[in-house]
Amino acid sequence: MTTASTVVNDAAYSVTDVRHTYGTGTHALQDVSIELPRGSVTSLIGPSGCGKSTLLNILSGLLRPSEGHVEIFGRELDGPPVEVSHMFQKATLLPWRTVLENVLLPLELRDGKKAARKQKSKARELLKMVGIADFEAGYPHQLSGGMAQRAAICRMLVTEPQILLLDEPFGALDELTRERMDTELLRIVRDTGATAVLVTHSIPESVFLSDVVYAMSARPGRITRAIEVDLPHPRGEHTLADPRYLELINTVRQALDEGYRRGAHT
Amino acid sequence: MVLTRSQPTQARTRRRPTEGRRGLLARMPSWAPVLISIAVFLAAWQLLVTFGGISQLVLPSPLSVAEQVVIVTQQLFVGGFLAGQLWITVQEILLGFVLAVVVGVIVGIVVGLTSFGRRGIMPLFVLLDATPKIAFAPVFIAWFGFGIASKFLMAAFMSIFPIIVSTAQGVAAVEPDELKLFQSMKASRWDIFWKLRVHRALPYLFTGLKIAVVACLTGAVAAEFIGGGIGFGEQVRVAAARIALDRVFALIFFLSLLGLALFMSVAWLEKRLTFWNVRS
Repeated sequence: MTTASTVVNDAAYSVTDVRHTYGTGTHALQDVSIELPRGSVTSLIGPSGCGKSTLLNILSGLLRPSEGHVEIFGRELDGPPVEVSHMFQKATLLPWRTVLENVLLPLELRDGKKAARKQKSKARELLKMVGIADFEAGYPHQLSGGMAQRAAICRMLVTEPQILLLDEPFGALDELTRERMDTELLRIVRDTGATAVLVTHSIPESVFLSDVVYAMSARPGRITRAIEVDLPHPRGEHTLADPRYLELINTVRQALDEGYRRGAHT
Repeated sequence: MVLTRSQPTQARTRRRPTEGRRGLLARMPSWAPVLISIAVFLAAWQLLVTFGGISQLVLPSPLSVAEQVVIVTQQLFVGGFLAGQLWITVQEILLGFVLAVVVGVIVGIVVGLTSFGRRGIMPLFVLLDATPKIAFAPVFIAWFGFGIASKFLMAAFMSIFPIIVSTAQGVAAVEPDELKLFQSMKASRWDIFWKLRVHRALPYLFTGLKIAVVACLTGAVAAEFIGGGIGFGEQVRVAAARIALDRVFALIFFLSLLGLALFMSVAWLEKRLTFWNVRS
């Protein structure tokens, strides 16, 4: 045990032989073993029902796997850990709070209202970083979809999390906004040195953002392939024209097709 | 086939010029159309009384009602008896409404937040809300006497059910995404209640309050009719007994103003507190 934990010490997550079966009998995950290095960005991609959301829920500590175990920074994961912050497909800003108050919400819940108020300057800095500083006193209904997601990014980062769990964060945005948001998100993640796990339906997005893409297949959900993305950083608009980028997109697509065909035969 | 199908579109485009008339209505200030319909209604009423051969005893003319409105206004401003009676009714309504809000919101929260409450108790309140509650007025007089107590308790009874039902619906109606967000931030149940459920419940609550405030007025006046002796409702009853219908109408006019003022206050508060509730 001691040797094992020293080995995984530089891993943010270490997942070993995780299986999950829901109470309804749905076999959602089978034999998942992955290791996520500190500061890495990992994508989970696959068809609906491949268990990628189940895996994300397990990593978030909201769901306990039926079998296997998960370690976070070398300790056994037991309930939602403090290092983790989430982002969902919808920005889910509370409409009765100003943008600034929304960003402060996680601090308010963790440390109380007074402590949160003292961190206003930090929240403002984040808003400035994503370019919506002028809207801090505005209400969510005055924001566009992209701006709302920027505010959600600030809310995710305000607690200075070491791990970011991103559940199709820009799935509801149009393609152009999404590309811009991806670039920004990647820059922020690399600046903060956080470890990120991303669930997505978009192959280009997974390649663009990640160090490793895990292709998954359905029934039962399992990881069929790990594709290392060796695109140089910083990535941006120029990356989209990189032949290697297109090549990797093809590789991921093939991996998904294989998984799909294999799943269809069994 | 193609020809016949294209005909309706042609007809529609040809009708376009008449939109100028709709433009006139749109260009009016928002209160103008209401004022026009009121004026038409009053004129028709006056004509009916003047030329319709209906006795003023049966249907007083708007002019005589207006005269009585002036008289009642003067009496109210002087203070004295009538103003005192109005004050009694206002007290009954306010006491009844405050009681209904306090008890109704607390009961509504308990019912809405427990699954037994939602399944076992909520249907009873919905059922009670649908009964003609006004029929209980004599019961309240019998229990609480002819004083102010029976009146404001009746008013509270009339208005509490919409408050309970809407509060219960409100605290139970939380957006799944928002709940997930709070859970992911490890929020306590206390925080989920105060920072999420309460806010989401407010639009529901105000829907209930707007029904309740009108029901409250009805309850107080109905209890005064039956439980006699005091209040503006009693003045209406006495005037009707004297067949002074112009005075009855004038008094009802003031009760309507009171109801309108109460409703507007609630609506104003709603606008201030749920300003964020815009459909996008």
